[in-house]
Amino acid sequence: MTRFLLRRTAQAVLVLFIDSVVVFLLFFAGGGAQQVAQRFGGKAADAARIAQIKHDLHLDDPLQVQYGHWAWNALHGNLGYDYYASQPVISLIHQAAPATLSLVLGAAVIWLVYGVATGILSAVRNRSLLDRGFTASALFFYSMPTFVLGFSLIWLLAYKIRPFPFQGYIAISQNPWQWFLHLVLPWLTLALVTAATYTRLTRGSMLDVMGEDYIRTARSKGMSERRVIFRHQLRASLTPITTQAGLDIGTALGGVIITETVFGITGLGWTAVKAIVNQDLPVIMGITMIAATFVVLANLLVDVLYTVLDPRVRL
Amino acid sequence: MSAVPELIVEGPGTGPADVPAAKKIEGRNPWRLAYERLRTDKAAKISFGVIVLIIVLAFVAPLFTKITHHGPNEVFSNIGQNANGGPVPPSGLFWLGTDASGRDLFIRILYGIRISLLVGVLSTGVSVALGVVFGLAAGFLGGVVDAVIARMIDVLLSLPFLVVALTLAYRYGGSLWLVVFVLGFFSFTALARIVRGQVISLRQKEYVEAARAMGARSWRIMFIDLLPNVMAQVIVYASLLIPLAIVGESSLSFLGVGIPPPTADWGDMISDASGYYQFGYWWYLFFPSLALLGTTLAFNIFGDSVRDALDPRGSTYV
Amino acid sequence: MTVTTDGDVILEIENVVKHFPVRGGVFRRKDYVHAVDGVNLSVRRGTTFGIVGETGCGKSTLARCIARLYDLTSGRIEFDGKDISTLSTGKMRPVRREIQMIFQDPYGSLNPRRRVGSIIGDPFAIHGIASGADRKKRVQELMERVGLNPEHFNRFPAEFSGGQRQRIGVARALAFQPKLIICDEPVSALDVSIQAQVINLLADLQSEFGLTYIFIAHDLSVVRHVSDQIAVMYLGKITEVTRAEKLFTTARHPYTGALLSAVPVPDPDQSDRREQIILVGDVPSPIAPPSGCRFHPRCPKAVQQCVTDEPALESRLGDGPDHLAACHRPMAVGENLHDFRPAIDSSERIIEVPGSLLPDDAGAAPADPVRAQAEGSDA
Repeated sequence: MTRFLLRRTAQAVLVLFIDSVVVFLLFFAGGGAQQVAQRFGGKAADAARIAQIKHDLHLDDPLQVQYGHWAWNALHGNLGYDYYASQPVISLIHQAAPATLSLVLGAAVIWLVYGVATGILSAVRNRSLLDRGFTASALFFYSMPTFVLGFSLIWLLAYKIRPFPFQGYIAISQNPWQWFLHLVLPWLTLALVTAATYTRLTRGSMLDVMGEDYIRTARSKGMSERRVIFRHQLRASLTPITTQAGLDIGTALGGVIITETVFGITGLGWTAVKAIVNQDLPVIMGITMIAATFVVLANLLVDVLYTVLDPRVRL
Repeated sequence: MSAVPELIVEGPGTGPADVPAAKKIEGRNPWRLAYERLRTDKAAKISFGVIVLIIVLAFVAPLFTKITHHGPNEVFSNIGQNANGGPVPPSGLFWLGTDASGRDLFIRILYGIRISLLVGVLSTGVSVALGVVFGLAAGFLGGVVDAVIARMIDVLLSLPFLVVALTLAYRYGGSLWLVVFVLGFFSFTALARIVRGQVISLRQKEYVEAARAMGARSWRIMFIDLLPNVMAQVIVYASLLIPLAIVGESSLSFLGVGIPPPTADWGDMISDASGYYQFGYWWYLFFPSLALLGTTLAFNIFGDSVRDALDPRGSTYV
Repeated sequence: MTVTTDGDVILEIENVVKHFPVRGGVFRRKDYVHAVDGVNLSVRRGTTFGIVGETGCGKSTLARCIARLYDLTSGRIEFDGKDISTLSTGKMRPVRREIQMIFQDPYGSLNPRRRVGSIIGDPFAIHGIASGADRKKRVQELMERVGLNPEHFNRFPAEFSGGQRQRIGVARALAFQPKLIICDEPVSALDVSIQAQVINLLADLQSEFGLTYIFIAHDLSVVRHVSDQIAVMYLGKITEVTRAEKLFTTARHPYTGALLSAVPVPDPDQSDRREQIILVGDVPSPIAPPSGCRFHPRCPKAVQQCVTDEPALESRLGDGPDHLAACHRPMAVGENLHDFRPAIDSSERIIEVPGSLLPDDAGAAPADPVRAQAEGSDA
């Protein structure tokens, strides 16, 4: 098992390294030092600012050296300097992260519980009205683009009926109730669309397992239906669900841009979009690397969980 | 070798000189079986009908321009806008109302179909091509090739798609081909994994051994022997990729990149409409959203039916 | 030393060894499956060389080694005067036109998603022999030659019966106009009545095209009819090789004797009368083959020499150079294996559970196999 984990960790590191190279090339390569500095300084940069950028980022040095500086800094928590907001990128990320975390983790709880529960119910009462209902609604929400659902919910619940706020994010430390209120609609938006995948996944996986011989054996031994479902069937379905959850949460933490934009949640995604519009490269680079790190870590975590969930993986 | 006395001869209809049976028995052609299953699926027929309707509408959009005398980019600043400069509601003149610039919403939605379908199909094509090639190579050639491709897929999956897409679009300017390739490139990973998995289980089959015994080269075995056997899974996944690509495209234009204006594009319309609906101009947000949802739904339902037809057992893939 | 009949030697196999490494989770010591462990053969042009053995004896592996689907661990294969033992894939390609294979599974050896005409036409495509209309014509000619309706050119394999699919496999192999065809249990998966048809087809083709066959099977009665020479394999080695009829009349190796006694006999009276030799235990694992003669744990005639010395494959008991056996205590004509008891240490013997078919002198069932073994003495 340790060999397996070591191997996976090494792969994760390799992937992050390649990520950093790709991100670096995306932004630093192409054009001479002047052009790159211009790019970084943005539209409003003057000559003095550009000269400073050139110096800070060592733009006169060969590409590998530039990468070396950037990567070295990144590993030490220095993700560059945001020339627009005049603050280090890392503090920008610090400010934006709680919003994204609140949004994603909250939604994740909802979508996992709802998705898996409806999946189980659909599978257990296969072909019933309940099953058809859940499957149809899953298909419906799966087809819905996030922003369409977002605006629909806003229009329905914030516009027509008044209790929910339109947009914005309030930190939990400031006002817990407002924090919650502002997040309900975004949570629902994100959760309903994502849950659909889990309903289908759980349902399909449970149906596959249902026909297996060992399930029939358990039943014939007199095991209660509920135990059969939870102990055996769900167990077998956990692997694909965990994989999907890991990937989804990891990716979402990188910034659910659409949801944040629709609801004005000042998280990582929202910050990224602002940075892109302003051509604020250090911020974009920083957020991209953070997002990539989340995904890689999430996948690694899922692999660790596998060794617990699926004994076959323990090599 | 000595001859063996034959005791029983195989039934009629199998020898070389036999006359074909009067009633042509349809063979157990795997594609034919799938088609038959699809034909009896009601949901498939309805969704297929809707898809055909959508495609037809995309083609005959100019016809509607002729009827209403409203072009997709024509601005009607006096009759198309109200006193405050906002859009006008649906009427006999403007069937679905106008947008904030005073353009006929109905016509623009029709023309928007073209962009959505075009990007959806083209980017799916790119994904399929990339996914099949990489999946075959990774699965059949194994070893270093597999490891390299696996890492490449890991990298692609870890990079935030929208951020990268937006960055590229801002740097090189949004265009149809940029959107197509970025979408296609970021979507092929799941398909590649599916193909790879299939190939790994198929490469031990005897007909692959037979091909090697005949001296066939690797590429020939991959594309002529293995590919037909993974096509079913590829088609299933491709049919689910198209709606995802359509949503992806509209997301990109929602965020402001993608097809540059004034080309009619649903995501762009919805993005614009988001600043108006709270003032009561509901149709501007509602109709493009409906069009988008309807199109995606139709493709998803049809895709599900295709999957059921090709793989009746059902799978855990979403 | 080789077994010879008419025709010159088309295939010479010298000391071929094929070991497969065993993948273990914990890599303490590399284990190998000794699939083929030193095989020598000579095959004459235009003849049929049969290879028999139980599952796991290595005959399929040997077939694939000859077809160079595997690389040899060691040894030499000479085909038509050319050494093909270590040829690269590229250099091997032209040779593949002359050595072809027919597989056992009529359902797995044909790609289910390809049309039959395309499958049979593969050789023409791969080696650039013919294309287009010319290829189609030649494919249809082949289909006719093997007894298929050429109109079924565009059908899928699923639309054919098992016997017909084997014919498709034969047609495909024939497309190359090969010199040697290796038949890996070509009729084992077919119904008995269909087996006859396919065998007759192969016989016809052999006389028409002067083909050489290597015919692999586990069914002795089938092999008997088709082969000119037969080799018996056990655990990766050849135990006996001779002319077909001689194997059945004057078998030397006890293993051959046991196999022969298991062949069904059509005459029910004769079947009742004979006593079957039932070998004790299963075939040992090819990862750790027994020492000395590999058959000794199951052999009724085993003595201590069999445990320590591996017998060489040579002619025994005054046989000519065309009959070789690897046995220290070969069977003489008229010997009954039932009369023998193994005379080796109990640690070497395979112990059966109570109620087994261990033959005993008194006729009473042995209550305690260990006691029975201790009491029983060698012949």
